[in-house]
Amino acid sequence: MLNPISLAFKNAKEEKRPALLTYTVAGDSSKKQSLEILKAISNYADILEVGVPHNTPVADGGQIQTSAYRAIKNGIKMNDIFEIVRDFKKNKNSKPVIFMGYYNMIFQYGENNFLKKCKKSGVNGLIVVDLPWPENKVFSKKCKKNSINFIQLLSPTTSNKRLKSITKDSHEMIYYISMLSTTGGKLKVSPKKILSNYNKIKKISPKKNCVIGFGITEKTISNFKNTDGLVVGSQICKEITRSLNHRQNPVINVSKMVSKLRKKIS
Amino acid sequence: MKLKKGIPVIDQGDRLGFWGGKFGGNFVPETLKKPIEDLEIQFNKLKNDKNFIRERDKYFKNWIGTPTRFIKLSNLTKYVGGAQIWSKVVSDANGGAHKIYNATVHCLLAKRSGKKVIIGDTGAGYAGKMLSMAAKKFGLKCKIFMGAKDIKRQQPNVKAMKKNGADVIPVYSGSQTLVDAVSECMRFWVANCDTTAMCVGSTVGPAIFVRICGWSTSQISRELKVQLINEFGEVPKKLKLYNCVGGGSSSFGFWNEFMDYDKKQVEFIGVEAGGPSKSKRHAAPLTYGSKIGILHGAAQYVNQNSDGQIEETESISAGLDYPGISPLHCFLKDVKRARYTAASDEEALKAYRIVTKYENLRPSLEPSHAFSVAIKESKKLSKDTIVIINSCGDAYKDRGILEKKLGKKYVKSN
Repeated sequence: MLNPISLAFKNAKEEKRPALLTYTVAGDSSKKQSLEILKAISNYADILEVGVPHNTPVADGGQIQTSAYRAIKNGIKMNDIFEIVRDFKKNKNSKPVIFMGYYNMIFQYGENNFLKKCKKSGVNGLIVVDLPWPENKVFSKKCKKNSINFIQLLSPTTSNKRLKSITKDSHEMIYYISMLSTTGGKLKVSPKKILSNYNKIKKISPKKNCVIGFGITEKTISNFKNTDGLVVGSQICKEITRSLNHRQNPVINVSKMVSKLRKKIS
Repeated sequence: MKLKKGIPVIDQGDRLGFWGGKFGGNFVPETLKKPIEDLEIQFNKLKNDKNFIRERDKYFKNWIGTPTRFIKLSNLTKYVGGAQIWSKVVSDANGGAHKIYNATVHCLLAKRSGKKVIIGDTGAGYAGKMLSMAAKKFGLKCKIFMGAKDIKRQQPNVKAMKKNGADVIPVYSGSQTLVDAVSECMRFWVANCDTTAMCVGSTVGPAIFVRICGWSTSQISRELKVQLINEFGEVPKKLKLYNCVGGGSSSFGFWNEFMDYDKKQVEFIGVEAGGPSKSKRHAAPLTYGSKIGILHGAAQYVNQNSDGQIEETESISAGLDYPGISPLHCFLKDVKRARYTAASDEEALKAYRIVTKYENLRPSLEPSHAFSVAIKESKKLSKDTIVIINSCGDAYKDRGILEKKLGKKYVKSN
């Protein structure tokens, strides 16, 4: 049996489109609202990345930082985040969930406890921004044992030699960072160049599902239709901020945005 | 966990950059793996390259001005009435603080690797000021990231940076102090690492930055060892080296050459910032038993909550106002080579008043923390004990705070 993440990719492939992955921060702007957002976008997205907010994020740009600081300020704690996932997973319509965050949150929870809790609440995968290969070897094995996908990251600075080693140690999904940037940067590299790097990865590792993230927005997403999956994060976080500033309902606005994104790649 | 003899501490990390198997490392985004590896290769090669060392020493001597003075504080010694109190006046260095050593070395490395821009973080503004000076000297463009709160309280250094042609970029996130400046600087590097070199302003950050900084500031103890032998004919039998510890760059540099001595002969005392005496907040993770966590790419003792969110610090001294501490100091604490304690804001101010009353020396608020503990402990020490305080910064940058707290008469005009 395929794990839920691979199944989501397979379903998208059958519809001849890339899988749509969204990123929202857990607890933004509150525990309840972030759960509602997940439920709403679940109608259009294939896999949901749930950001675990951290207050010294070294790879996140302004929009995601704003979301994360807002969530922390409103009191979100690690255990609340597990509860959000657990409640989300009770829905019929739920989709696979991937946590994205920084290692200190896992370290303080205790690796084993953290994984146990992930499994119990229904987290399917983990992206740990500041735990690169080979530092992540031991932890990624632990994830595998617990049937949790550890998602390796690749970037334009990753050498060919590293690329081969990392993909070899990766699970079913890999994440390619499109350009040298924090999250939310403007796409400063041509889609052609990004796709050529993407194809290089696919050539080395054809069976793994490779998603592209960073700089993917409503404007750019349709350039990447022939890929396994695409991640949109900062634009969604920005929409939450915009909605809150205009006293509008972020759940409705974000849901509309994700629906549009989905149409652009269908 | 053991401290090895005969091997520089900066080279005692394991293959993944951990000291004692658990401090330091490289908790960085994938994008930074390559630039960090490039820097490691370059530094490992150059630190043993005679030409490079000659070049470094040339700039240290002719531009930074080595050696800085080693002086006896006779009036203070008389006032305290215990151990002999001396000071290594590192604030003599060009620019007024030890940060110049690391800044110079980073610019030399950047120049050799063909980078045109160098970026750095700053708290008290010294790391930024020195990097802007060195960048100007070596013809590099310079950007300095600085917390908005620090920009307000350390204006003299901000002005100096701008005068040297650096862009000072205010950081408004989080507590708007050093911790946020370092994060923002690292983020900028993530996005620009192909064209830009990064200088981390202290012995913190990913392992290579800890090593480069420690290697650079070790100039302080190299000089001191020679000065001690000139003065006493040997390294004294009872020697105590007091230094403030924020990130830990000046203290590590002040101690490094004496690492292999028995601690009964040469004792290291690190003084962290205890914050206002009435506040629970502090910047003293070693003194107050903070747990190990990851901050800015390295595992270290760090102020954090149970979830792993980094906690805000509070200290009168911007240079010590950092929730973490160098992995080198975590290691030195756990192998018991160094002893760590804290001084409060009030104690540091009191020490500043005493030192400036008795001596022609104006330590900034950072070394005033070290003076506070040294004065207290010297009272109980024998007359043949040599106490040395690293006066690693000059109080000029603190004039605003000092004027407010102590009144105009304590702030000399210049």
